Amino acid sequence: MAERVLALRVNGETHRVLTSDHRTLLEVLREDLALTGTKHGCDVGECGACTVLLDGRPVLACLVLVSQVATGSVTTIEGLVEGGKPHELQSAFAELGAAQCGYCTPGMILSASALLDEVAQPDTDEIKAALTGNLCRCTGYNKIIEAVELAADRGQL
Amino acid sequence: MSAGNHTVVGRRLPRVDALQQTTGQTQFADDLNPPGALVGRQLRSTHAHAAITSIDTVEAAALPGVKAVITGADLPITYGILPVSQDEHALALHRVRHVGEPVAAVAAIDAETAERALALIHVKYEPLTEVVTLDQALDPDRPLIHGEGDGQNVHRTAALEFGDVAEGFAAAGHVREDVYFFGGNTHAALETHAAVASCSPEGKVTLWSATQVPHYVHRALAKVLDIPAGRIRVIATPNGGGFGGKTDPFSHELVAAKLAMITGRPVKFNLSREDVFYAHRGRHPVLMWVKTGFESDGRITAMHFKSFLDGGAFGSYGTASLYYTGALQTSTYRIPNYCFEGMRVFTNKPACGPKRGHGTPQARFAIESQLDKAAADLGIDPVAIRVRNAVEPFSTTVNHLRITSCALNECIDAVVEQSGFHQKHGQLPEGRGVGLALGCYMSGAGLPIYFNKMPQSEVQLKVDRGGGVTVYSGATDIGQGSTSMLATVVAECLGLEPAELTMITADTDLTPVDLGSYSSRVTFMAGNAALEAATKVRTRLVEAVAAKLEAAVEDLEVANGRVGVLGDPESGVSWTEAVVLATAATGPLVESGSYTAPKLAGPYKGAGVGISPAYSYSACVVELEVDADTGMVDVDRVWIAHDIGKALNPLLCEGQVEGGVYMGLGEVLFEEQAFRDGLHRGPSLLDYKIPTSLETPTVHTTLIESDDPEGPYGAKEVGQGPLLPVIPAVANAIHDALGVHIDEVPITPDKIVAAMRDAARGGSGRVGPKGVPDFDFGELIRVEPPEGFVAP
Repeated sequence: MAERVLALRVNGETHRVLTSDHRTLLEVLREDLALTGTKHGCDVGECGACTVLLDGRPVLACLVLVSQVATGSVTTIEGLVEGGKPHELQSAFAELGAAQCGYCTPGMILSASALLDEVAQPDTDEIKAALTGNLCRCTGYNKIIEAVELAADRGQL
Repeated sequence: MSAGNHTVVGRRLPRVDALQQTTGQTQFADDLNPPGALVGRQLRSTHAHAAITSIDTVEAAALPGVKAVITGADLPITYGILPVSQDEHALALHRVRHVGEPVAAVAAIDAETAERALALIHVKYEPLTEVVTLDQALDPDRPLIHGEGDGQNVHRTAALEFGDVAEGFAAAGHVREDVYFFGGNTHAALETHAAVASCSPEGKVTLWSATQVPHYVHRALAKVLDIPAGRIRVIATPNGGGFGGKTDPFSHELVAAKLAMITGRPVKFNLSREDVFYAHRGRHPVLMWVKTGFESDGRITAMHFKSFLDGGAFGSYGTASLYYTGALQTSTYRIPNYCFEGMRVFTNKPACGPKRGHGTPQARFAIESQLDKAAADLGIDPVAIRVRNAVEPFSTTVNHLRITSCALNECIDAVVEQSGFHQKHGQLPEGRGVGLALGCYMSGAGLPIYFNKMPQSEVQLKVDRGGGVTVYSGATDIGQGSTSMLATVVAECLGLEPAELTMITADTDLTPVDLGSYSSRVTFMAGNAALEAATKVRTRLVEAVAAKLEAAVEDLEVANGRVGVLGDPESGVSWTEAVVLATAATGPLVESGSYTAPKLAGPYKGAGVGISPAYSYSACVVELEVDADTGMVDVDRVWIAHDIGKALNPLLCEGQVEGGVYMGLGEVLFEEQAFRDGLHRGPSLLDYKIPTSLETPTVHTTLIESDDPEGPYGAKEVGQGPLLPVIPAVANAIHDALGVHIDEVPITPDKIVAAMRDAARGGSGRVGPKGVPDFDFGELIRVEPPEGFVAP
């Protein structure tokens, strides 16, 4: 399998990675860039734990080949923190108990952030629809939905 | 809910590690990448039941990049979570007993090499007749899966009678017999199991693992690796969800350690999602028969309950699971005469074990469904029949369970009133219904798995000279918030904030033993141990400051980061000064606390299961809509009240209740660990459907505080109990909506449609099992009710 150097744009920084084309973005993020906030839950696009943003849109890192993102810009959960300050969603999820085990949380927050970038004040149905690809086994989703609403409200201030 | 006199207890605080979680910094097992780590992979059986005639690993071992290949012969010592069920091998030896059972393992430089090596391991199998169903397990013509047991493939039987059920039935005005089936399902935690092992040049083995029970993994490693436990360190990483699925020692943990010992390099295993479905240990499929006698006012006179558990290939927790199906009937309702007969069989499927509620949700479904039928027979409403039989606080059950705090009636009142149950039940339009059910669960198993007289939980506290407090506990945070619970208890006692504390947990080298995050034991047991340790520290601080201020010890308080005179927070000294005074006066400020449950077991075999220092109680009303043509169920609203004793942190407690409701809804409506012969029907999250955000109903949670006399600050469990009533509440609501009885979980649309068609043809409108096997449970052990037991 051919290897080549890719210049990956991740969280605003450019990383040169020697990799073969068939590796997934999830593998490269976790293994080469040590960005382990992106989680492995199924490897086949069923659970949403590996959700990251590609040019602002949520994608499943386990289904994206690293060669497909050579020209794009990737945001992971680590990249939502700016200047040491957590994103409104990261604070709201913490405050409202929207993370229990925390394993689905990074992907869930990234899906929610893509929603809030598109719809500043989503209603409950819009939030539910946006998060339907992110499975959570702990919370029953209600505290997650409340946290997205709280972050949206704060984003309006 | 007021915080009362407390400064921390009762506040809605975030988890102490919440921002680490939401910023992606929490280090799960799969996030650990020690330098030079090898990738481990297991080869799994493709047969449900077969003899292994040969395993050829030569080609695999010769593949460049492969560092080690092992088989069952390398780890021949058996293990199992229960001392009575040491029936597993880390890698199958001579025989495979289910599809997916690990038979060989490799460690290689990367995943691709490891997987290529697996393909080069040549296993020759000689297929044996499969034993897949309960009926097949009882068929004398089928082979024995373990070559032992109580006859055929029966793993265990239980037969107990408390009081005199024949007399009870004779006194009953109305007797019902019903049969129910609860299909098996699995935990499906978002994190797949993962472990990393290393071995130092001196031979010290360290295992990081996503386990709920590092203490028991420690024991299993020592046994299987055949090295002293003192040379092994087990660190439980934060679990990305547990629910009971990470409560056994697993093959990959033992194999990782062995491969690290052989190669001298760290070895990491991360199971695939498919692997996890085969590792399983989830909810047992249980067939149940229940006969209950009632007086005309609904009072129960006697109950005879039979359960038939399909246990899968290994013992696991199965002996306990079996007894749990019969243990908590009497702690929910006053049953003056009670007979429990149960059996568990081995089958060629992945082993079942404990899942949230361990053995009790199946029985709860049967009993709560039957109560609604009995109420209808007797012309009384579902609330009245439950209130009439609800267990009372500070009482003893016929099977010798000690009940202390109990706010069951308050729970019923709360959900009945909030939901408008009386205005809705039987009165909503066709296709809409409400259902009520109750539940009860233990705040920790009363006995340890390995019987001994040592404490069930120990906590150490160290206060450094700068005032920093470090809490050491073996308890594992599986997402339930146990670390935050410990911080809450200690902070409350010491007048600090939970976020100020340093928490070291679940590390057998650094932390004292806690038996594990199972049986809802951590708040009650580790919480009490932490409270004892903190109280000792507090006492030493107060004594030192009292000496300095020349004040009486009882006039001092420790609050808001100061130690001073009661009611005058500015008097006295700062926390840090108090620490210096105490250290100077009496030496290092290091204390420990422990918890051992009181002796509670009744005088009979099997009495160890079901006893607990306290019981939580729940009541639930579900309102839903069912499409009579398609059978599709839409749950709108859930009202649930949970007697938690004391909500140490209402935010996190609500989260546990909501999570229990969610998991119960998944079990009752969708989820089934189903097999075609020995093959899983869909070992993926696409086929095994769990509820998404779209299936989320509105959940109204009420926490009822009964202030348990022995719980830490009055607290009881919340992790498991709230799941229990949800499942039968849905079943009862479906009956209220359409008049059909689905006596089988999961209640899928096809069953509802079949019941509707049956009703339309003039049938009973029931879908469910027709009967139970004619089975001899062995000699009935007759147990006298406890002294002073008064039949209601």
